[in-house]
Amino acid sequence: MSLEVDHVTKRFKIRKGFRSSELVAVNDVSFSIQPGQTVALVGESGSGKSTIAKMILRLEQPTLGSIKIDGIDSREGGMRNYRRLVQMVFQDPFASLNPYHSIGHHIERPLRLHKKVSSKQETRERVAELLQRVNLDPDMADRRPHELSGGQRQRVAIARALAPGARYLIADEPVSMLDVSIRLSVLNLLARLQREENLGVLYITHDLATARHFSDEIMVMYKGDVVERGASDDVILNPQHEYTKTLLDAAPEPANHGKLRQEVRDEHLASQAK
Amino acid sequence: MTGPAPLSTPDLAEYMAAREPVLTAEHMTIDYQAERPVRAVDDVSLVLNRGEILGLAGESGCGKTTLAYGINRLLKPPAILRSGAVTLHDRNGTDIDVVDLVDDELRQFRWDKVSMVFQGAMNALNPVLSVKAQLADVFTTHRPSMSKQERQAASEELLSLVGVDPARLTAYPHELSGGMRQRVMIAMALALKPQVMIMDEPTTALDVVVQRGILREIMRLREQFNFAVIFITHDLPMLLEISDRIAVMKAGRIVEINTAENIYERPQHDYTKQLLSSFPSLLGDRGGFVRGKEEAHVARG
Amino acid sequence: MSDKQATIDLELAPATAPGQVTITDQTVDETAVRRSKRRQFLGIDLPRMDVKLGLGIFLTLSIVLFAVFGRYFTQDPRNYDNPTFSPPSAEHLLGTNNLGADVLAQMAEGARGSLMVGVTAGFIAVVLSLLFGIVAGYLGGFVDEILSLITNIMLVIPGLPLVIVIASYMETRSMWIIALVLGFTSWAGSAVVLRLQAKSLRTRDYVAAAKVAGERTHRIILVEILPNLLPLLAAMFLSAVVLAILSEAGLSFLGLGPSGAITWGTMLNQASQHNAFHVGAWWWFLPPGALIALLGCGLSLINFSIDETINPKLRSAPEAVRAVRKAEKIARRNQRAKAAQRKVVKR
Repeated sequence: MSLEVDHVTKRFKIRKGFRSSELVAVNDVSFSIQPGQTVALVGESGSGKSTIAKMILRLEQPTLGSIKIDGIDSREGGMRNYRRLVQMVFQDPFASLNPYHSIGHHIERPLRLHKKVSSKQETRERVAELLQRVNLDPDMADRRPHELSGGQRQRVAIARALAPGARYLIADEPVSMLDVSIRLSVLNLLARLQREENLGVLYITHDLATARHFSDEIMVMYKGDVVERGASDDVILNPQHEYTKTLLDAAPEPANHGKLRQEVRDEHLASQAK
Repeated sequence: MTGPAPLSTPDLAEYMAAREPVLTAEHMTIDYQAERPVRAVDDVSLVLNRGEILGLAGESGCGKTTLAYGINRLLKPPAILRSGAVTLHDRNGTDIDVVDLVDDELRQFRWDKVSMVFQGAMNALNPVLSVKAQLADVFTTHRPSMSKQERQAASEELLSLVGVDPARLTAYPHELSGGMRQRVMIAMALALKPQVMIMDEPTTALDVVVQRGILREIMRLREQFNFAVIFITHDLPMLLEISDRIAVMKAGRIVEINTAENIYERPQHDYTKQLLSSFPSLLGDRGGFVRGKEEAHVARG
Repeated sequence: MSDKQATIDLELAPATAPGQVTITDQTVDETAVRRSKRRQFLGIDLPRMDVKLGLGIFLTLSIVLFAVFGRYFTQDPRNYDNPTFSPPSAEHLLGTNNLGADVLAQMAEGARGSLMVGVTAGFIAVVLSLLFGIVAGYLGGFVDEILSLITNIMLVIPGLPLVIVIASYMETRSMWIIALVLGFTSWAGSAVVLRLQAKSLRTRDYVAAAKVAGERTHRIILVEILPNLLPLLAAMFLSAVVLAILSEAGLSFLGLGPSGAITWGTMLNQASQHNAFHVGAWWWFLPPGALIALLGCGLSLINFSIDETINPKLRSAPEAVRAVRKAEKIARRNQRAKAAQRKVVKR
């Protein structure tokens, strides 16, 4: 029982006039996520981390390799059997909810599609229950996305992902578009739900600090390759790969306030002394 | 109209006394004229010292960009400066009342004394002009006496100052990466050796590694030319690393102002504490974060 | 100026959602707050009622009512027992034509004919543009290539000449045939617009989210994408109706209109054939011409209002201009006060 990504490669063909070239977005990546485990996928934009998410969710097909969830191959039939198992929380809460539909609609649909409810009454109860689980007022079901704040929308998106009873959750930069003061509350909510449901979570981010505290394992991606992986604290506190070190050096660390300033000043003075 | 003064600690007075102000903004109040006027900046006073990096921290909608535009006289209707005074203490000893400037005086003041680096470098650069033409434009407007050769030389020098190969002078904005474009923007802001630079989220859209390089560049140039910077961002950890002093803004007011060290070690305002706790430490303990302490943050959002 | 937008809801948000929106989470945008106050129907923003829309609805509705109920108040449009070429009188409000038929009665019958041709052709055009636009845009790939090719071919064939050729080849032309021909030749432009819209909507996260939830393709198109296009479709439909009515009038005037039926176009054709202009029988050609113009005008006015609903920039433009003017006035006043103050100080 696990989510298995097995030697997956994704190449995109880029057509430029008559010439076409290939871009290797993901290069021979393998990993697995057990229920109850959180794995962080860290990298900069263009490193291929979102492509991996899309392949797991069957929004893209891998060029080589296979993805299996609890033994079901992503390319085999029975689409809903597979999708029942894995769901996604998108980055932009303003784009991931349909402005036309009510909040209730967004949660109802997966419930009905995956036959989690049998009557209207039951649907309403389940929607209210899911909204409460993400700390939202059940009355919100009748509202429309534009009436909600970013944090509220992202909670709705999480409730929608929970609705089919998924075992695995892909969270693609779930807080990077939210105001800083509510980011942690959304991450903490995800962490609680993960514990309660024993979910396997793939947490995609560029933020090393939350990756470290939120997940058990970290994989660092660079230009399509996983360059380093290991237990969270090991990767952050004792990085092996040069790229991981560069990333860590670049990440702001509140406790080191003033250090960079002093460094630059010293460098300047040294260069002047010459 | 006057609300509570921003919180700080007593030793801030000592810090301020040791420095010479370059820009003073007093009781700035800025409204957005709508059916119901909306107060964006509410009676804010701010002193910027010569050669200082002052971080302006706050979340979206707190009025930090509006305040910066107000200081630089860049407000466009429906935004209006209801009241307030801005004074630039020029290098040569004269004081310039910024709010009173008109037409030519204003044009000279902007860019010459106070320049600005905007948020989206792609939108701020003209896509159909080469970098060279855009840099030359700054010189022809503000230094009409310069010859073509002088302009060329000055442009090349500027690019190498910000770490871009002078050979890229003939490039167009779309041929440059995001980081390079932002460096070109900084070069343009630096062109006339201003005394104050206002930077509005200059690195937000960039990857961390590129971001770090540009921050270093800004700080190095500051050491070299001793200009003061107002650095606007929501990223408090970044401000803690680069700024000398930090002002925390919330709902149109500065709620706390202090040295970077004091903001981190001795935050006074609850909002500052909340912002600080929103960024978990990379190398330290988990702190307030995750696995069990959800309730502390549940109430909002 | 993102700060500006967000700051405004800082003031408004607590009023619309008490206790829900905290100061630290200012992400409900300004337009959203304003929109929540707008009237809606089935979740679609209705255009704001103003003079333009009011006049448009009044014109269109009057003509539709005239078409539906006119015949109960007039005599048989094919009753030729009246005196010929009699000017407007109490008995014949719009006079009679060369055969003695009552012009008002013919106007009512013609309204029915013209509207029916217009609506039918408009409907066909919208359905076809949906099929060729949305399906091509959403599915992409090979299907898109084929459908786009057909659309582009239809786009470059000049419409009216094609219709003239088709119409002149047909022996008998009923109203329905004309409507069909007009509908089949006027969908390509809308299809191009819809294809681009669908292409852009397809990449939205909420469409991906629907796929991840397990929705099927047809449901994604019908339930997730189409509702967001309804205002656009309404605008396209109204334009197609106007175009079809004008084309039908043009065809009829050339003598290629529906045979045997009475429309405003055939009335104009008859009038011109029987020298109504030379005889000075203005009551025969002026009313149909005027009504064609008024209906076109009414539908276009409604369309402008829908446009403003689709494009928020157009919608808030008048308000924004007012705010800017007021702010400028205040700024000027402040400047003058400052200048006066400076003078006093100098003295």
